Amino acid sequence: MATFGTLSDRLADTFKNLRTRGKLTASDVDGTVREIRRALLDADVALEVVKTFTGAVRERALGDEVNKALNPAQQVVQIVNEELVGILGGQQRRLEFAKNPPTVIMLAGLQGAGKTTLAGKLALHLKGEGHTPILVASDLQRPNAVNQLQVVAEQAGVAVYAPEPGNGVGDPVKVAKDGVAFAKQKQHDVVIVDTAGRLGVDAELMKQAADIRRAVDPDEVLFVIDAMIGQDAVATARAFQEGVDFTGVVLSKLDGDARGGAALSVASITGRPIIFASTGEKLTEFEPFHPDRMASRILDLGDILTLIEQAQGAFDEDEARKVAEKFATDSFTLDDFLQQMQQLKKMGSLKGMLGMLPGARGMRDQLDNFDEREIVRTEAIIQSMTPAERATPRLLNGSRRVRIARGSGMTVTDVNQLVQRFEQASKMMKTVAKGGMPQIPGMGPIPGGAGGRSRKAVKGKGKAGSKSGNPAKRAAENAAVAAGPAPTTAGGSSFGLGKGAAEPSAEDLATIQRMLGKG
Amino acid sequence: MFTKPTIDETTWEDLEDELLRADFGPDITEQLIEQLREQVERYRTTDPKDLQRMLRETIEERLAKHDPTLRLTERPSVILVVGVNGVGKTTTIGKFAKFLAGYRRSVVVGAADTFRAAAVEQLATWAERAGATVVRPEQQGQDPAAVAYQTVELAKRENFDVAIVDTAGRLQNKNGLMHELDKIRRVIQKQAPIAEVLLVLDATTGQNGLAQAEAFIEHAGVTGLVVTKLDGSAKGGFVLAVQERTGIPIKLLGQGEGIGDLTGFTPHAFAAQLVG
Repeated sequence: MATFGTLSDRLADTFKNLRTRGKLTASDVDGTVREIRRALLDADVALEVVKTFTGAVRERALGDEVNKALNPAQQVVQIVNEELVGILGGQQRRLEFAKNPPTVIMLAGLQGAGKTTLAGKLALHLKGEGHTPILVASDLQRPNAVNQLQVVAEQAGVAVYAPEPGNGVGDPVKVAKDGVAFAKQKQHDVVIVDTAGRLGVDAELMKQAADIRRAVDPDEVLFVIDAMIGQDAVATARAFQEGVDFTGVVLSKLDGDARGGAALSVASITGRPIIFASTGEKLTEFEPFHPDRMASRILDLGDILTLIEQAQGAFDEDEARKVAEKFATDSFTLDDFLQQMQQLKKMGSLKGMLGMLPGARGMRDQLDNFDEREIVRTEAIIQSMTPAERATPRLLNGSRRVRIARGSGMTVTDVNQLVQRFEQASKMMKTVAKGGMPQIPGMGPIPGGAGGRSRKAVKGKGKAGSKSGNPAKRAAENAAVAAGPAPTTAGGSSFGLGKGAAEPSAEDLATIQRMLGKG
Repeated sequence: MFTKPTIDETTWEDLEDELLRADFGPDITEQLIEQLREQVERYRTTDPKDLQRMLRETIEERLAKHDPTLRLTERPSVILVVGVNGVGKTTTIGKFAKFLAGYRRSVVVGAADTFRAAAVEQLATWAERAGATVVRPEQQGQDPAAVAYQTVELAKRENFDVAIVDTAGRLQNKNGLMHELDKIRRVIQKQAPIAEVLLVLDATTGQNGLAQAEAFIEHAGVTGLVVTKLDGSAKGGFVLAVQERTGIPIKLLGQGEGIGDLTGFTPHAFAAQLVG
């Protein structure tokens, strides 16, 4: 719903305040949890489920061990996601078949939830798996529900048992019972009993559903629920659990744009697994339920979660520690620099990553001007050097530089700039690293780098000269990105060689890097 | 919550919970609470009974801002019924035809839901119960716009008072299907102006109801809302947000599967049902 804005955007606002701090405080967590509560309510998760859920998240966020690869805000999101997946069912469940066929599957739910359509879909699905399903028309209430089931059965190419015309005529319990007997006789191995839609508050009809259940003794009772349902999911799910004690849930109309908070409500309140998702009007539009996908759909966290995964996947903590040591001992070489860059590239397209960050939308223009090939050019220059040159940049005399420039397809000026910036950076890093500023909890790979920057940040943002275009420092900062909550405030380095026009301003980059560091 | 001796913090918390449970949604809930806190402050009351009355009045007042009268003055009055799948469009038409028959209006219904299995038969059964004439598609899967056209044509030719056109349920994010509604509307308008486009909303729907309303207003030019399945445990509080956000009034309420279970919308009764 466009009018509400997405949770990603709203969390981004909350996270802004978290960026400058290293650790989650109770009030940080409260702010984030409040946003999550609201998002869950907007997603139609039942209130009581929201309450227990946010309580659990809050507790874990305050008590959890610190994940070094993520910043605090990302950690909260990850906890939320894990909890969501946990409630929705960590593993997919499959239908249970009876030892002695036929397997009886009964469908139940509110009016208009999509039971009859689902009956056809399920039949087609089972037929595809080599079963011989038969549909039993026990919805004798709604006008022409029997006809509809017959048409659906024909479309699916399965048998149907419909002795009564429906429209209020006939006894659904008897039909269901006879249907199972008929299936046995005709050797169908699965019986799907379609029942009339009924409201949870309709005692008489709920009793009828219970009677059907008793009469056919089903192996599975599937509760079909509309993904668009609101807070009423609680009352309805409870009523059906009491009435027919369903064994599994099917979420219908998931092809709509509802967040489907009902899934969370029903799974959480009844403890029954969601087995299938119905995703369209065609009989083939039906699939096993994926708890993880649903989790990110409910909170609209898809983008943030992808980012978290990428950061965790790409960042190698040991690697980072080694680099930090090298800074401290003055043995950081162009080779290390190259490695850093390659590690960064593992994270995938930088533009893509930035685009994924909540709130990054406003920077789209700047991102478009941003030339990722600068990384490639810097890489080319370093790769054109001999191992000895990379280890000891002092070797690089004029003729070597000409050779390197030719080898990499760049100019000597470009090579000069790279070397100069590398030297400045390693000098600065070394000083800072020796001067202390050790580990900040969960912090980045290059304590020196981070420390240096935070010092500068204290002084204010001035001095564009020293900030701009330092490849080594940039690498450090970007490694810190992967690492998480290093206070990346100064920024301002360009990617690679500082090509004036195409390059974003120092301030733009500072913004981007703040986002990367803490967003 | 309204039976306690005085209003205290827990009263407010309980009230918030109740409003959220009734599907008013976080935004409206916040507004209502704020509004009520102000009133309680202004009138210096501590009696929960007063609070209950204020709540009922506030909701009633907000619901009553729009005119719920159906406009059926044209001859024929063409009514188009739209909504997502399974909200009760066909059932509503059946009940509505009966409702109109009660006012001695002759009704023809057009089965333009040519997609869902047995939808035509379902409508025909309802039409029979309501004593209305039905226009069926000539073949399975016929263009719904053609059925709509024929329905209006018949209504004009045989001087029916009202022509009601049923449409297939469609989720509001299915662009192709939404554009089909545009077409149905255009085709009908070639013959006669459309008196009402009724959007049917299921009371069990949550906050997605708003997205539904917005999309159907854009494509079908909705002029009124019908809220169905109010006989269940769902309160349907989201319709307040829908009505306020879109300015489209609620016109009819469906309260059961019987043919007589359709009433006009009265803010007073609806608010009373919501608040108790």
